[in-house]
Amino acid sequence: MTGDVLIEVQNLSIGFTGRSGKLLPVLRNIDLGVRRGETVGIVGESGSGKSTLALAMMGYLKHGLRVISGQSVFDGRDLLTMPSRELQRIRGGKIALIPQNSGQSLSPNLRVGAQLTEALALHGKLAPSAFSARVIQLLQQVRLPDPEVIASRYPHELSGGQQQRVAIAMALAGEPEALLLDEPTTGLDVTTQAHILELLSDIAVRFDKAMIYVSHDLGAIARVCSRVVVMYAGEIVLDGDATTVLTNPGHPYARGLLASIPRRGNPDLPMALEGRPPPPGGAGPGCSFVDRCAIAEAPCRAERPGLQPLLAGGRVRCRLPERAESIPTKRDGKPASAGGSFGEPLVRLSNLAISYARQSLVDQLLGRKPQGVPTVDRVNIEIRQGEVIGLVGESGSGKSTILKAVAGLVGPASGEIAYDKSGALPATVEQRRPEQLREIQLIFQNPDESLNPRHTIGQILAQPLQLYFGLSGGALRERSIAILERVRLGAHYLDRLPSQLSGGEKQRVAIARAFAAEPKLLLCDEVTSALDVSVQAAVLDLLDQLRRDNGTTYIFVAHDLAVVRALSDRVAVLYQGRLCEIGPAAAVYSRPCHPYTEALLGAVLEPEPGARPILMAEDNMELSPPAKGCPFQRRCHRKVGSICESTTPPQRDAGAEHVIHCHIPIGELTSAQTVSALGNAGRPHVQ
Amino acid sequence: MLRIFIHRLLLGIATVAIVSGIIFAAVEALPGDACTAILQRDASGERLANCRRELGLDRPAATRYAEWAFGAVRGDLGISAHNNKPIASLVGDRLKNTLLLAGCSLALGIPLALFLGVLTGLRRDKFSDLALSTIAIFAMTIPEFVTATVLIFVFSIWLGWVPGIVTASASSPLSAFFPGIVLPVIVLTMVMTAHIMRTVRSSVIDVMSSDYVQMASLKGVPYWHIVFRHALPNALLPAINVIALTVGWLLGGVVVVEKVFNYPGLGHYMIDSISDRDLPVVQAIALIVAAAYVGVNLAADLLAMAFNPRLRTLKARSP
Repeated sequence: MTGDVLIEVQNLSIGFTGRSGKLLPVLRNIDLGVRRGETVGIVGESGSGKSTLALAMMGYLKHGLRVISGQSVFDGRDLLTMPSRELQRIRGGKIALIPQNSGQSLSPNLRVGAQLTEALALHGKLAPSAFSARVIQLLQQVRLPDPEVIASRYPHELSGGQQQRVAIAMALAGEPEALLLDEPTTGLDVTTQAHILELLSDIAVRFDKAMIYVSHDLGAIARVCSRVVVMYAGEIVLDGDATTVLTNPGHPYARGLLASIPRRGNPDLPMALEGRPPPPGGAGPGCSFVDRCAIAEAPCRAERPGLQPLLAGGRVRCRLPERAESIPTKRDGKPASAGGSFGEPLVRLSNLAISYARQSLVDQLLGRKPQGVPTVDRVNIEIRQGEVIGLVGESGSGKSTILKAVAGLVGPASGEIAYDKSGALPATVEQRRPEQLREIQLIFQNPDESLNPRHTIGQILAQPLQLYFGLSGGALRERSIAILERVRLGAHYLDRLPSQLSGGEKQRVAIARAFAAEPKLLLCDEVTSALDVSVQAAVLDLLDQLRRDNGTTYIFVAHDLAVVRALSDRVAVLYQGRLCEIGPAAAVYSRPCHPYTEALLGAVLEPEPGARPILMAEDNMELSPPAKGCPFQRRCHRKVGSICESTTPPQRDAGAEHVIHCHIPIGELTSAQTVSALGNAGRPHVQ
Repeated sequence: MLRIFIHRLLLGIATVAIVSGIIFAAVEALPGDACTAILQRDASGERLANCRRELGLDRPAATRYAEWAFGAVRGDLGISAHNNKPIASLVGDRLKNTLLLAGCSLALGIPLALFLGVLTGLRRDKFSDLALSTIAIFAMTIPEFVTATVLIFVFSIWLGWVPGIVTASASSPLSAFFPGIVLPVIVLTMVMTAHIMRTVRSSVIDVMSSDYVQMASLKGVPYWHIVFRHALPNALLPAINVIALTVGWLLGGVVVVEKVFNYPGLGHYMIDSISDRDLPVVQAIALIVAAAYVGVNLAADLLAMAFNPRLRTLKARSP
């Protein structure tokens, strides 16, 4: 049930003074009302102004920002002009924030209990004697096990999921009328995210609060919200009920965004939304989306469209909402480069084990190996020439560690990495031959950190070209330009610095640098996870194109199963550094599958209204992999019995190179409930 | 916690032991020894050999090192070559004076530095921050002897408020150093305050723009409550290490300041001993200064651990 309007943002524009001295708007003429009991999602890519809008709803402006026009009214009063003493009463007491990164948003020097008590004391609805009981009750409400223990912990002693729950409990402490969620699950593992979203939608229903959910992730929004607002370049471009916005939106941007999201069940590449939004103050007199719009006409450039009501309900900022519906929201079915026949094996990981345990001084003197369970163990993977193999798993699954071992950044504790025809690769970069170094290239997750900020793009590309091919002068320049064009950037990028490029362009430069070495094997470590979805689609498309042109072999590491699906021929699922399942992508993403794969797939959030994830055992903090038995034994929802704790699971052959490491026979793994059936089963089951 | 403490303590003792070896070897490598210093021009032939036999200097270096090291552990640092008195009491007097000077400077400087650091950090880029930060840079960069000379000129020669040099001898009681100690304390305070203040300032700025401070303010926590409860306990942690370095610097004998004000502290004595070629004393002072550095840093690490729950409790999540 929705009630009267609680939060009302009226014609709000917020900006900052740019280096030129001009006032650059971050938000432009925002009009948005949120009613009691309503759950509104605000979605947009980085730089769209969604977080600025959310914080403005609490009367908070980040350093350097100021109000150009408008109001942010809460319960009849403008928060942006309110004296700070009164604001303090409203913040936390009437409207509370659940922040993005709880690990950093909880004060590191105070115990969880003390921080919750502080919130209770500030908004004094209880007698101090009742505080400690209420703290326990709040921690129970967010479904934390052992609330007494958690209350006595410091924030850093909790897992990411537990920290997020504490932040939610803290927001609930002041019994606010509205909850503001700023990317509350970004940065959490998919399985943890599923738990938190489940909790949040439960809170929304149970406490009947107004909820504003800010996220870049349409999947998460679909899970929690009944109404969705789409932001682009500081404007609201679309506002409507969740089902319409997520399935058949009336704005070209929203449609392009939907099409750019890779989906678990679809093996095709997502469609890229080319171009990028105008910077603050950079929008022309017309529509801000006009440069990327497929149906733009001359009048779209001349005049900025207003936010007009739609017949079917909701509002849209587009002159041609009817024509927008001709833009596809699903992919046109461009498949990733076909798998099938591949060449000779290029890389073979045999019985690979990697340990980060450091030798103590005593161990070194006695020549003892470090004690403890290795981070990665018993990994056997054969990768053939021209193949793309995806490694998936949550954080701590060892996928990046394996990549580092192949790159020669960490040495294996035992086992070997055989490469091409030359046999075992030397363990570290220092011992490898120049030819091997050239042939194996690595692309990192975050181009901001992997590109030297003081080198121009030309200098960055020149390094591999000089080092491996001895190019210089005109030949070097010519080659650099050719490589830039291959990643769809032009010669004019040569003299720019990384800071002058957008995130997607920077990642293209990183890809160009790797391809400049003409590698045989490309190691991709979460290369798209720092990018916006629309940009991610373009990068995936580029990687696919380059692979087709050059016959390069990829090891593609990502936590996002849908992204891996879109690019990979084969997929290996890892849990705590042990292989759970490996096989052709289509086979791994369907039945039969390992219980962990099942849980992972079930936790993937699709931007479909009504989709519900399956939840597996609580996101316990696991310090190290179990010494014996199956790596997944502690969280498995299909545990057979003590055999799972004592014996390493056998390799079960599911046909066509599909291998599952599990004690459950293939037949039974097939016959279980399917993920999609679970997805429609209404309330998910929690083991 | 106790295990870490014992571990660090053992490591500290090992460090001092290694340093003592290096000091001994360095002094050994110098031309001449205690006897050449005592005998000066007569240091040759029979007399030199006799003196060496008397002082045991003809024995192998390893034996003499062991003897020196065990003596030092028992508090016996040997005999000064200059005036044949036990080094322990000579150095002890100077150490006491240096501790007085360091103690006064720290008592004045640390609270002042913390206050100014927090103030400038909170008032970032405002006038008070700019003014104080600029003064701090001047205080840091002007050499001590310049500041000292200017202060002597103004306060003792011109205004005549305090004496310009200390006239008390090394073994006088502590009260004899007042008011002569005032100017050296001010000079030292100026230098150290600037260093600590700048560290605290940048750390306060970092913490005040952190997510948890923003969160606290969005939770409705009043400003001063945020500052004292959420921000400062975290912002002051980096100051501990800078303070430890400063304490080490003060205990190591602030040679220039002690010399300018004729203050009979360790640094002053060190310089005198070097020019007298009184090697046993030089050796003893070097050892004491090294031990003081190690001790102060150990104390700083333990303090940081005590105030930082992230260091104190076990790291919960594996990397």
